Amino acid sequence: MLERPAVLAAEFPPSVEEFFTPSLIAGAGDWLTKFTLYTWVTVALLIIFFLVAYRNPKLVPTKTQWIAESVYGFGRNTVAKDMIGPEGIRFAPYLTTLFVFILVMNFYAIVPGIQISPNSHIAFPAILAVISYVMFIWLGVRKHGFGKYFKTALMPPAPWFMMPILIPIELFSTFIARPATLALRLFANMFAGHMILLVFTLGGFALFNADSLWIKPLSLLSWLMAVVLTFLEFLIIVLQSYVFVVLTSSYIQGALADEH
Amino acid sequence: METFAVVSGSLSAVGYGLAAIGPGIGVGLIFASYIQSTARQPESARITTPFLWIGFAVVEALALLGIAFGFVFSSGTPG
Repeated sequence: MLERPAVLAAEFPPSVEEFFTPSLIAGAGDWLTKFTLYTWVTVALLIIFFLVAYRNPKLVPTKTQWIAESVYGFGRNTVAKDMIGPEGIRFAPYLTTLFVFILVMNFYAIVPGIQISPNSHIAFPAILAVISYVMFIWLGVRKHGFGKYFKTALMPPAPWFMMPILIPIELFSTFIARPATLALRLFANMFAGHMILLVFTLGGFALFNADSLWIKPLSLLSWLMAVVLTFLEFLIIVLQSYVFVVLTSSYIQGALADEH
Repeated sequence: METFAVVSGSLSAVGYGLAAIGPGIGVGLIFASYIQSTARQPESARITTPFLWIGFAVVEALALLGIAFGFVFSSGTPG
């Protein structure tokens, strides 16, 4: 139930130090941690799964093929086509990959033994947000031209005397807040989720090791809350990966939109 | 100046408590409007469900920033 079974009574309350795990193989260097290992495992898992599922595609799909097609169908229809429109189909592969990647990376937060997601370090969501940021700006500039894109992005349809207020707001909202909130939203969800599970799990142990006999049964309540919150964490995992992808596609749609 | 009363303990915990008021009301408003609109016109539920989840996640982001920054500003080690 604990990440480090060798340490039975970890200190309660948990601190940010819990997120900095030691190197997996002592002496291999600080870079080989749970986070880097499971990032690579995620990439390998996804490549192998989609390659194997589509190795001999049949008209009547096998189970694996059906699952892979459903996942891609979700990314293509529900996300790309609905949010961006018919020209969004060409983004469907990237959006689907992004969705499954974030989903699997988040999922490690509730897998027993792993119990922490690489997305609870700001670096991984930050890179994904930077990719989305560069992507929608690049697409907008490529479609409308450099000056035209920034003109339509920064100047909403409003009377001229409102522009001195609106332009800084639009600048901040579109070019600063969008990538920052994309990254921070995913990071904070995974960080807080892990922290909450730590609180209830380690708190259960702290209550269990209490001196008074009347307090010991409360540890069961604490562990029950940990189980309930694991289910909630599963909902958050799926939701956050969906929201990241939907917001990315919404920004792409905004960049590709024709001017009013 | 003499000190008459002292409040000790973690100020970031109080800060997080205050920061959770806004998103709490916001999430309540979002789900309330979804339930009401679905009650008035059940066929619209399919159309408004994506907005429900997007809106919830965007508002919840602020509440979670509160949790995360509580640790950033107290212990000094950022996530």
